[in-house]
Amino acid sequence: MTPLLNVQGLTKRYGGRIGCADVSFQLYPGEVLGIVGESGSGKSTLLNCLAGHLAPDAGEVIFDTRSDGPRDVLTMSEPERRMLGRTDWAFVHQNPRDGLRMRISAGGNVGERLMAVGAHHYGAIREKATDWLGRVEISAARIDDRPSAFSGGMQQRLQIARNLVTGPRLVFMDEPTGGLDVSVQARLLDLIRGLVRRMGLSAIVVTHDLAVVRLLADRLMVMKDGHVIETGLTDQVLDDPQAPYTQLLVSSVLQV
Amino acid sequence: MIPMIHVENLAKNFVLHNQGSVAIPVLAGASFAVAPGECVALIGESGAGKSTVMRILYGNYLAQGGTVRIGGLDITQAEPREILALRRETLGYVSQFLRVVPRVPTLEVVAEPLLALGRPEDEAMARARDLLTRLRIPERLWALSPTTFSGGEQQRVNIARGFAHRYPALLLDEPTASLDATNRETVLHLIEEAKAGGAAIVGIFHDLEARARVADREIDVTEFTPRLT
Repeated sequence: MTPLLNVQGLTKRYGGRIGCADVSFQLYPGEVLGIVGESGSGKSTLLNCLAGHLAPDAGEVIFDTRSDGPRDVLTMSEPERRMLGRTDWAFVHQNPRDGLRMRISAGGNVGERLMAVGAHHYGAIREKATDWLGRVEISAARIDDRPSAFSGGMQQRLQIARNLVTGPRLVFMDEPTGGLDVSVQARLLDLIRGLVRRMGLSAIVVTHDLAVVRLLADRLMVMKDGHVIETGLTDQVLDDPQAPYTQLLVSSVLQV
Repeated sequence: MIPMIHVENLAKNFVLHNQGSVAIPVLAGASFAVAPGECVALIGESGAGKSTVMRILYGNYLAQGGTVRIGGLDITQAEPREILALRRETLGYVSQFLRVVPRVPTLEVVAEPLLALGRPEDEAMARARDLLTRLRIPERLWALSPTTFSGGEQQRVNIARGFAHRYPALLLDEPTASLDATNRETVLHLIEEAKAGGAAIVGIFHDLEARARVADREIDVTEFTPRLT
């Protein structure tokens, strides 16, 4: 099987400081990879390099494109990469405000992604937007409301609808449940898991919340000081951590 | 007959890096095999390493030495995605605790292993309903998340989920603990059905009668305890 994403030696420095160093991994279709580590460990830098938001200093990010097979995203032209970002990739930001247009309606937020990939029939776009609002459990009656009138959990669900409406194959998520109430987190996790399974999505989820990765990720990468220090099956890394730092991380979680 | 589960010379240590890097050897030279249709009970006092063996077989703990072949795959060397595929198709595990995403209805929790295999939804749901009925989970609870259920109910949901797919290899961690007589009988039937269907089973049973009834052999894990000389 060809990996959907094959990352080799990805390195990003901020001047003399390391963002992330020599990161390599493969992601296969349908897999969810969790990346954990404390603030400043390089996990967000890595995610932003992968998603093309930051230019790494070295390495390869090879994506198995629909039309031309495996290609290094970092050497693609800017329009090619932007098209990939609209069709095959999606990015769910921690703060929904970074991923939504706050001044246009909920339906418009979803429809805009469709129009970006060539949809132009108003009725069809509105119908699909309504369908997706339903899938993320937002009432169709709210389709003309602006996201600024939504709660944090609703905004996050709207951001997910906006991202998944075009049927991407790879979703990047940066702390998707961060800043939400625990009850809202559970609902969102359930929703993301269901969508991942039904759509056969691959996803890379960055979080510092070990409970979130246990329920969402198949595999785990632990980062510290820009380096990947441990990888493996999620439950194996959490239940039998090998690296000193991972042991500390796992044993520091408060039990409820 | 080719064993379904084949453990050879297995070794396991825990190194506690944040507690003076103390190394605790738990298993050494563990070897055994389980054939299709056979049920083997792990015995030994508390702390002897029964659960550790089970967790290594499931890929939940890493082994420090030896091989563990399940359905031909050596899980001590396998890639995470190979272990995930093994867990989906071949290897089931009924643990003592139910771990699920809050909010997912019980019926879906039980049907999930079949849905993950790509089975049709109606078939998966029918099997889930059948198992929940047999394990006496009242139908009015099926649409609710099991996270709010009593301990015994959660355990039965966990068992239903573990038996939804007919795994060729099955790990059972005290499947009859804290069940009343009727439900215990149902679980023993499920185990007997799985054996008759050719499943290779490794179990921990503190319930001696249950062990005597379903287990064909016993393996004393204290024999695998490293000798400290």
